[in-house]
Amino acid sequence: MSTERSHEEYYVPAQSWLPIFMATALFLTVFGAGSWINDMTAQVGTGTSRAIFIAGALLLAGTMYAWFSKVIRENHAGMYSPQLNRSFVWGMGWFIFSEVMFFAAFFGALYYVRNLAVPWLGGEGEKGISNLLWPNFEATWPLMNTPDSEQFPGPKEIIDPMHLPLLNTILLLSSSVTVHFAHTALKKENRQKLKMWLGLTILLGIAFLFFQVEEYIEAYQQLGLTLEAGIYGSTFFMLTGFHGMHVTLGAIILTVIWLRVMKGHFTPEKHFAFEAAAWYWHFVDVVWVGLYVFVYWM
Amino acid sequence: MLLKSNPWVRCIVGMLLMFSNSAWAEWAVNLSPGATEISREVYDLHMIVFWISVWIGVVVFGVMFWSVFAHRKSKGAVASQFHESTVVELIWTAIPFAILVAMAIPATATLIKVYDSSEAKIDVKVTGYQWKWHYDYMNEKVSFFSNLQTSQDEIYNRAPKGENYLLEVDEPLVIPAKTKVRFLFTANDVIHSWWVPDLAVKRDAIPGFVNESWTYVDQPGTYRGQCAELCGKDHGFMPIVVVVKEQDDYQKWMKERQALASKERELKDKKFSKEQLMTRGEEAYAKNCAGCHNIDGTGIPPQFPALKGSQMAIADKAGHLDIVINGKPGTYMAAFGPQLSEVDLAAIITYERNAWGNNTGDVIQPIEIVKFKAGK
Amino acid sequence: MSAVIDVHDHGHHGPARGLMRWVLTTNHKDIGTMYLWFSFIMFLTGGAMAMIIRAELFEPGMQLIEPEFFNQMTTMHGLIMVFGAVMPAFVGLANWQVPLMIGAPDMALPRLNNLSFWILPFAFALLLSTLFMEAGAPNFGWTFYAPLSTTYAPSTVTFFIFGVHIMGASSIMGAINIIATILNMRAPGMTLMKMPLFVWTWLITAYLLIAVMPVLAGVVTMMLMDIHFGTSFFSAAGGGDPVLFQHVFWFFGHPEVYIMILPAFGIVSQIIPTFSRKKLFGYTSMVYATSSIAFLSFLVWAHHMFTVGMPLAGELFFMYSTMLIAVPTGVKVFNWVTTMFKGSLSFETPMLFSCAFVVLFTLGGFSGLMLAIAPVDFQYHDTYFVVAHFHYVLVPGAIFGIFAAVYYWLPKWCGHMYDETLAKLHFWLSFVGMNLAFFPMHFVGLAGMPRRIPDYALQFADFNQISSVGAFMFGATQWLFLYIVIKTIRGGKEATQEVWENPEGLEWTVPSPAPYHTFSTPPEVK
Ligand code: HEA
Ligand code: HEA
Ligand code: HEC
Ligand code: CUA
Ligand SMILES: [Cu+2]
Repeated sequence: MSTERSHEEYYVPAQSWLPIFMATALFLTVFGAGSWINDMTAQVGTGTSRAIFIAGALLLAGTMYAWFSKVIRENHAGMYSPQLNRSFVWGMGWFIFSEVMFFAAFFGALYYVRNLAVPWLGGEGEKGISNLLWPNFEATWPLMNTPDSEQFPGPKEIIDPMHLPLLNTILLLSSSVTVHFAHTALKKENRQKLKMWLGLTILLGIAFLFFQVEEYIEAYQQLGLTLEAGIYGSTFFMLTGFHGMHVTLGAIILTVIWLRVMKGHFTPEKHFAFEAAAWYWHFVDVVWVGLYVFVYWM
Repeated sequence: MLLKSNPWVRCIVGMLLMFSNSAWAEWAVNLSPGATEISREVYDLHMIVFWISVWIGVVVFGVMFWSVFAHRKSKGAVASQFHESTVVELIWTAIPFAILVAMAIPATATLIKVYDSSEAKIDVKVTGYQWKWHYDYMNEKVSFFSNLQTSQDEIYNRAPKGENYLLEVDEPLVIPAKTKVRFLFTANDVIHSWWVPDLAVKRDAIPGFVNESWTYVDQPGTYRGQCAELCGKDHGFMPIVVVVKEQDDYQKWMKERQALASKERELKDKKFSKEQLMTRGEEAYAKNCAGCHNIDGTGIPPQFPALKGSQMAIADKAGHLDIVINGKPGTYMAAFGPQLSEVDLAAIITYERNAWGNNTGDVIQPIEIVKFKAGK
Repeated sequence: MSAVIDVHDHGHHGPARGLMRWVLTTNHKDIGTMYLWFSFIMFLTGGAMAMIIRAELFEPGMQLIEPEFFNQMTTMHGLIMVFGAVMPAFVGLANWQVPLMIGAPDMALPRLNNLSFWILPFAFALLLSTLFMEAGAPNFGWTFYAPLSTTYAPSTVTFFIFGVHIMGASSIMGAINIIATILNMRAPGMTLMKMPLFVWTWLITAYLLIAVMPVLAGVVTMMLMDIHFGTSFFSAAGGGDPVLFQHVFWFFGHPEVYIMILPAFGIVSQIIPTFSRKKLFGYTSMVYATSSIAFLSFLVWAHHMFTVGMPLAGELFFMYSTMLIAVPTGVKVFNWVTTMFKGSLSFETPMLFSCAFVVLFTLGGFSGLMLAIAPVDFQYHDTYFVVAHFHYVLVPGAIFGIFAAVYYWLPKWCGHMYDETLAKLHFWLSFVGMNLAFFPMHFVGLAGMPRRIPDYALQFADFNQISSVGAFMFGATQWLFLYIVIKTIRGGKEATQEVWENPEGLEWTVPSPAPYHTFSTPPEVK
């Protein structure tokens, strides 16, 4: 590989306004979000802080749009060598790994509370003596009664894994298959099938999100399963919530790719953007399997 | 004596004396061997690892300094060309590993002993509060708070500092000698850590959980320590004092304590004069509230509000009772209802409503507190 | 022929002019420079806070500040030194050196590189601005244990959390960039096992970063939810556990401390051979040792938590795994010493800092090993003995490593030699000041002084006074460093292309100062 590389040209972009816009946007977003949340908790007016947040978020979205457009234009102008494409591949791969570690933190927390903290509080295991402080508490999982039910009233019921979650599992797993079909179609230069399978993937993703919203509404309104419902609710919503956000992001990415397909982008040889989106989608899918098993089912 | 007084000399001598076992204790540059079997084992372990480190250091730095002196370019040294040797690499992987195993064996043995808190004669529940300790002799029905005794004047350099500056409390923990005592640690607000070096006990006090540890002290004496986990503003000001008494003295002390406790319990049905309440209130306020609201009621704005002239202290009596008894969740203002006796609460509230120009004239009797609590 | 194509015709001949050059740049050298200056400013800021701490601790009693503010100083000092000074300095060095050392024209993803940098000033502005807010800056220690940092925290904790989020994003993007650069941009012929050790150590550091920064983001997110949205991750009342916070934090935190030392290992491994005029002893074992350290660093986190009351088995596991780290670290130390053995040594400033590094870092390592013995850690934990330990690995470790690197490569960066006499003075004053400041901390720690306290019992007074004097001395000396660097940038003896005597590495094959664009055509490595 080294001989071929020495004759390639590596594109080093000229000065760019994009990063500083992005950094500013990020700052405004988090500063706005932080002030907003603080104002909310302090129960004072949120007008200014919300405005900062929205300005930041808009700038962020705009900059991302400009940035990706620019990359696409440069790519089409033929400035990207195979070596640069490899940089993108490494970049995307390790970005996904960082996401895996983010979820690992929450899965780790789930593991810890289920297998250690809650049993200890309930009087089991090596630190079971902690039950001294919560004489009426019994360890169960799902945790329906928290140690201090006044402060954290537990859920009345939990989500039945065999209904909506099962449906969602099927939806998401099939979307992984359809995105794979889309990829095959792309490689075979079958644009019609590509559009169809990719479109179907997006629809499956949206359906998934729809049912998840449905499930959240049910949880809040009927089951008493909320963020405030003790550690079960905390881990449940944080894990499924972050997953849902990733599905949303994945669906947006896929939509962008679909629009690009409609514009005639990508060739059977060169379509890393497509592959990156597909990897991301598969990753989101794998996380869901973990969720289904450890959050809903077991 | 020059040696004792000059810190510079002390430092240099201290560094030199590191290499001499006997000097350690005198100079307070080392762990103390302490007062229990465990603390002595821990001390020995510490010294073993220390000396192993010293000797490895002597060898490694010895070679290095030898090169620094002997293989200088300025002395005409010519560089050799060797740069690899699997054999050597294996040796200096294996030897440290062996040394570590040798260290791990006694460490494991000691740790297992530390973890064995079975068959204790006395159980003391130790609860960390911001910023004081609470001791509860679980089978004796005796419990009390232990507060820093050093005055603000000493801390703020307005008075000379006493011998046990920052390491003295109003009510020490008292335990008998030659008895296995089990501690059950927990906390009321944030994480604290109960540490007495001479007992080699340091265990975190974690809100909502209970940790165990134990001690068996051979000799009567007074042992001092401090909170060892950052717990907020006055983390540096919540010392621990353990007084170890002979069995008989301990029994006597316990009897007195129990008598005192039952007398306290009766007090809540009594009626007090305003003066009595004010005197008692001033004292109790200084002990429990001044840390945040300041001795003169001015608080430490913005986090800690002034009580002098505060609406609550001059008008809203129900609100005043409520915030003191039930606290305000999510702020530093703790619920004092379960912490203080009815008499003290009544006295403090009376005091706050009449001191520093809050001249409401209100007098709150302990019975009102009892009623307020019952109404909750 | 220039193989770097450029859409605009300016840019590849030299830098643009004016302020915008720095804001808009995609050049690894510019970005490296900015990282380094940013880090130095943060070092001064964090250092100034340390001076406040040391001034208050000069004598028993409260003199200058209130306990509340003291806690803010300790917290901000730790956070700023770790995230603002040491990490950006290493990223800056990587930006300058990695492309030069592997023969690449630039970093793999130059615009992302610029973004990674510019997030930092914003993140730290956000963090520092809390000092001026009514509720005060974070005051819960750089380890921000719950629930002190959740239920009992000042409201500014929200900004702290978001600051950590974007800083983490910056680190992750930076790390991805470095990995892509190293794995994809090496000159033909430079196999992995021919890479300079600085590049190797950074590659491994980048993996650590990608693996643990998201975990940090996760844990601060849990805090945010607990504070504002009613979850109970760290509250037993809802079935959570404050200790859960510590597990997640230290899963990040322990690899983090190696993030702060591995690049310094790499730097020292470059410098010692140069000034010993001898090849590095045991290159291969250095690579394996570094990898083992990184691997083990994921298995030892709870050695910071020996006193939280873990079950015995956990305690033993973490004690053993921690002790194990001494083995690969020892291999590194032995290799450095053996490299010097029978060399032809000279002691220019980079070498002085490196030798001090080897000795003093090892001292810090020894105290680390003592801390690893769980039953004894019950005595050391949260005392100044720990403070002594980590300043020995961080100040003569990370900071001296950075100083050594700057003196070593500064002539390459700006084309002038630094003033050797002043630099040696900087070294000796730093060396003496630093030991004076941190060595006595071992004594007071063992004698029972807890950390994070604004006032202390009388028996600790003498050593604290010495510590403070040493700290002022070390701190004041850093002005000299600033002066030396500025002086070198502005002029001085011309540096040759090789700068030192026969140094190894591609960076010495380009002119000094290194042109704005280097290796447009990749060099061939035999
Ligand atoms: C650069 C940063 C850095 C580095 C490299 C290290 C290296 C090590 N650290 Fe340290 N550590 C910190 C930064 C670092 N640490 C920080 C910041 C804290 C405090 C955090 C806080 O609470 O705020 C801390 C705290 C800390 C603790 C917790 C203490 C406590 O709070 O109670 C422990 C406990 O095990 C520990 C252990 C070790 C060990 C075993 C090593 C090992 O890697 C050291 C290995 C090196 C050697 C041993 C020397 C060389 C080896 C030889 C010459 C071979 C032969 C030697 C033998 C066989 C003995 N460290
Ligand atoms: C890389 C990290 C790093 C570095 C370089 C340092 C550098 C220094 N640290 Fe460090 N320190 C930490 C990381 C670091 N520290 C961490 C993680 C903690 C734990 C925090 C916690 O408990 O949460 C800590 C805690 C800590 C404490 C304990 C605080 C406490 O427990 O309450 C102390 C006390 O002396 C201290 C002192 C110093 C000093 C004197 C320096 C000196 O080396 C600094 C020297 C630099 C300068 C001084 C700047 C340059 C000069 C000027 C700006 C001019 C002004 C100078 C004068 C007026 C003389 N530090
Ligand atoms: C750990 C610090 C701390 C201690 C000790 C403390 N308080 Fe407070 N107190 C606070 C804080 C913080 C508030 C503000 C709560 C809020 O946000 O409304 C407060 C509020 C109050 C108020 C309401 C003031 C107002 O105007 O709103 C009263 C009354 C009060 N405290 C009385 C007491 C008494 C009596 C004691 C001792 C028995 C005491 N406090 C001990 C921290 C403390
Ligand atoms: Cu209690 Cu520190
Ligand atoms: Cu560690």
